[in-house]
Amino acid sequence: MTLSELRGVRRAQEEAQTVERHGFHPTVADYVRVAIILFIVTAIEVAIYYIPSLHGILVELLLALSSIKFVLVVLWYMHLRFDSKLFSALFAMGLAMTIALFVATLATLGAGLL
Amino acid sequence: MHQTARLAESTLETSTGLDNRKLAMWLFLASEAFFFGSLIATYLLYRGQSQTGPQPSDVFDIPFTSVSSFVLLMSSTTMALSVAAANRGDVRALRTWLLTTALLGMSFLAGQAFEFTDFYHRGLTLSSNLFGSTFYILTGFHGAHVSVGVLILLSLWVMAMRGQVGRHNAINVELSGLYWHFVDIVWILIFTLVYLIQP
Amino acid sequence: MAQATVPKPLGLLETLRQVRRDAATYQGIWSWIATVDHKRIGMMYLVTSLIFFLAGGIYALLIRLQLARPEADIVDPQTFNEFFTMHGTTMIFLVVMPLSSAFFNLVVPLMIGARDVAFPRLNAFSYWVFLLGGLFLYSSHILGGPPDGGWFGYAPLTVRQPGHGIDFWALGLQILGISSLASGFNFLVTILNMRAPGMSLFRLPVFVWMTMVTSFLIIFAMPVLAVALFQLSFSRLFGAHFFNPAAGGTPLLWQHLFWLFGHPEVYILILPAMGIVSEVLPTFARKPLFGYPFVVFSGIAIAFMSFGVWVHHMYTTGLGPVANSAFGITTILIAVPTGVKIFNWIGTLWGGNISLRTPLLFAVGFISMFVIGGLTGVMHSMVPSDYQQQDTYFVVAHFHQVLFGGAIFALFAGIYYWLPKFTGRLFNEKLGQLHFWLMLLGFNLTFQPMMVAGLMGMPRRVYTYPSGFGLEIWNLLATIGAFVIALSILVFIINAIYSLVMRRGEVAGADPWDGRTLEWSIPSPPPPYNFAEIPHVRARDPYWHEKYVEDQEGRPVPVVAGGANGEEHHEAEGHGGHGIHMPSPSYFPLIAALGFPIIGYGFIYADYALVAAGVVVLLLGIYGWALEPASE
Repeated sequence: MTLSELRGVRRAQEEAQTVERHGFHPTVADYVRVAIILFIVTAIEVAIYYIPSLHGILVELLLALSSIKFVLVVLWYMHLRFDSKLFSALFAMGLAMTIALFVATLATLGAGLL
Repeated sequence: MHQTARLAESTLETSTGLDNRKLAMWLFLASEAFFFGSLIATYLLYRGQSQTGPQPSDVFDIPFTSVSSFVLLMSSTTMALSVAAANRGDVRALRTWLLTTALLGMSFLAGQAFEFTDFYHRGLTLSSNLFGSTFYILTGFHGAHVSVGVLILLSLWVMAMRGQVGRHNAINVELSGLYWHFVDIVWILIFTLVYLIQP
Repeated sequence: MAQATVPKPLGLLETLRQVRRDAATYQGIWSWIATVDHKRIGMMYLVTSLIFFLAGGIYALLIRLQLARPEADIVDPQTFNEFFTMHGTTMIFLVVMPLSSAFFNLVVPLMIGARDVAFPRLNAFSYWVFLLGGLFLYSSHILGGPPDGGWFGYAPLTVRQPGHGIDFWALGLQILGISSLASGFNFLVTILNMRAPGMSLFRLPVFVWMTMVTSFLIIFAMPVLAVALFQLSFSRLFGAHFFNPAAGGTPLLWQHLFWLFGHPEVYILILPAMGIVSEVLPTFARKPLFGYPFVVFSGIAIAFMSFGVWVHHMYTTGLGPVANSAFGITTILIAVPTGVKIFNWIGTLWGGNISLRTPLLFAVGFISMFVIGGLTGVMHSMVPSDYQQQDTYFVVAHFHQVLFGGAIFALFAGIYYWLPKFTGRLFNEKLGQLHFWLMLLGFNLTFQPMMVAGLMGMPRRVYTYPSGFGLEIWNLLATIGAFVIALSILVFIINAIYSLVMRRGEVAGADPWDGRTLEWSIPSPPPPYNFAEIPHVRARDPYWHEKYVEDQEGRPVPVVAGGANGEEHHEAEGHGGHGIHMPSPSYFPLIAALGFPIIGYGFIYADYALVAAGVVVLLLGIYGWALEPASE
């Protein structure tokens, strides 16, 4: 075997151990827990929408809450928490770049983001 | 070490140890971020700038859309359960959860269709005003993506019913799952930025 | 698919399977239509692009004929607008991009020691979609007239243009975008995942790095163009208001979206060419690339930074000093990694054992022409300077300097360098040199006068200009130059036909240039499976290190027999039991691709049954593709 093949085998073994340590496949219970949190957060979002006294910080609150949902789905349902960091890097890159570019674009047109 | 160069299914034979198709799917999703980013940015740019025509507060039915949003979120849960079932080789659960996810997706689409029809009757069209143009193109393309997802899920379900999906090709369910969850997180953004945060 | 024994349906299925089996023999037309072999797909890209190059060139000659004299009326303004629109759109989307794809296809799998790309059918799909997209765009000529809104399609003009021309443009580019996107994903996965053992990222040839970086640009930039084009189409077809000031919109949205795509696009056009130069120079200087890590990191930096400069196309739209200054700074900065590459290329040639063959001539031509073009780019980056230059022929000169003097020259270097590998024949060297010198002369005669005319204030995109402003001589020279370019292309065509098609060129052999990278280690043309045995890579420039070691003075000394790959002993058939399975040919990529023009025509003629039919064809193609095994 060449050195790189040996490395490949070792990497696979490490990954398998990581699997066991971190729970590579979340259990059904984990998925249901995430579902409950998503449900609750959405309910809070809708509730906030109807509470006039919170309208000053409506935008910030809603953004924070939807970010929580976003992150939960990506990390748990899409498995990014347990998968190769390369996937996370690619997705983060796409996300970060598009946000940066469009914030800049809106700024040049004098439009605030929200 | 000699190689029988079978180019099809590949897992640890690849240079990164990652499956070709999974890598391709994540690249695709990163690319789609730019697609929806552009549509969302356009919506945000023009929010509150419509000179005439219906405004969001004139047409939105937040309770209705909230239910739709719940439905789509739950479909993500059932999708995750489908993937788990496929990985376990549990064909019965796989069939159930795939079908459920597809049905939830179709419910969401039905909700969208109902909503769009209602908005249309209130005078909101692609050409009525900026709100119409930017709203329909964003939610329309999102809906198109959901439709493609439903098609994929139903196809998988049919294959699962025929015993053609199992642990050996669970990757296909996983890939469909990634696509489906992505479509869901785009909706999370749309629901907040378009429906809940109004001009 | 079901194993039926009923004769009637089986007849069709069995015929289709037989067609597929025939296609695997590499004989006959079906073998091309159903091919998934990256080498054949690469050749198809190459030939198709060169044909479009002639079309784009003819438009250029017609433009130059009209502009040779002031107030000429060889063509009317409408036709002139169509000419420069089709010229630009063709050259960018149907020539330079697919020529780069040709080389990605032909060369990248070989350079990384792979047998094909990650998704061979997707690869074929990319080619067919490209061909059909190009034909769709050109069909506008007989269906109401070609587009006339420029290759950049600025709103609100393009929203309001009557007729179908703009729709052909918008829908055609959507189709071409799909081709590029598919290619981008394919090559990224290929390069990341299918490298031979030992081929770490920092042993990759620079051309492979540039392919990877370009593919990232493609997958991030093309979706933004897609959105812009959808917004344009929706505005035209359904009355949407994206760019309509009367409704509260702004035409600047188009410009932002277009240039958010458009600036990375020009780096998509140039980075592969730079990659080619980075391969040719070391081979013909018989020295490794100078500063490999710097060249690689510069490529990455250029790609990343290319997303941060797009507003420099909009300095004169009134965005204000803050936006202009910010982007002026980022634009100036992007010149830095570009300059780093230039110095490293010069360093590669310095002290080398130079062999002035045609590929090297074009590569050196690239460096000199690109430096001029790049410097004019730096001039544009300065905001007040650009206020004078914007929309003048100075800009036209700049981008032709970098895209023709740059990209096209480098792509020709690649053609002379690599085609012998895939055809087994060398180009005639004398004709090659004649091509180069004529093209260099013609190119400079065409575009240096445009620099002058531009600085004198001649606007772009005008079908004529008044006499008495001193513009006549520059335009006349440019027209003469254009015909000299045409002559040089004729020389190339004669050379190609004589040497390659008629096979009168010298036999190339596996390694005509004493090359450094893995593609030179296999026969010319390569067998379908590329490598009898997947190589083990131990160094950068792996083939060079197989052939040579260094003596005490650092001079290469050939390795004694036994270190060579001994390919003649390893025919696949003789491997008994360890057969090489190549992916089966498939006609589903073509079937799927056919769906797109049908959908396009449906939208053009508002015939939604046709759109539905196109969707059905697309789905049939995709389902067939998904359900057939990738290799039998």
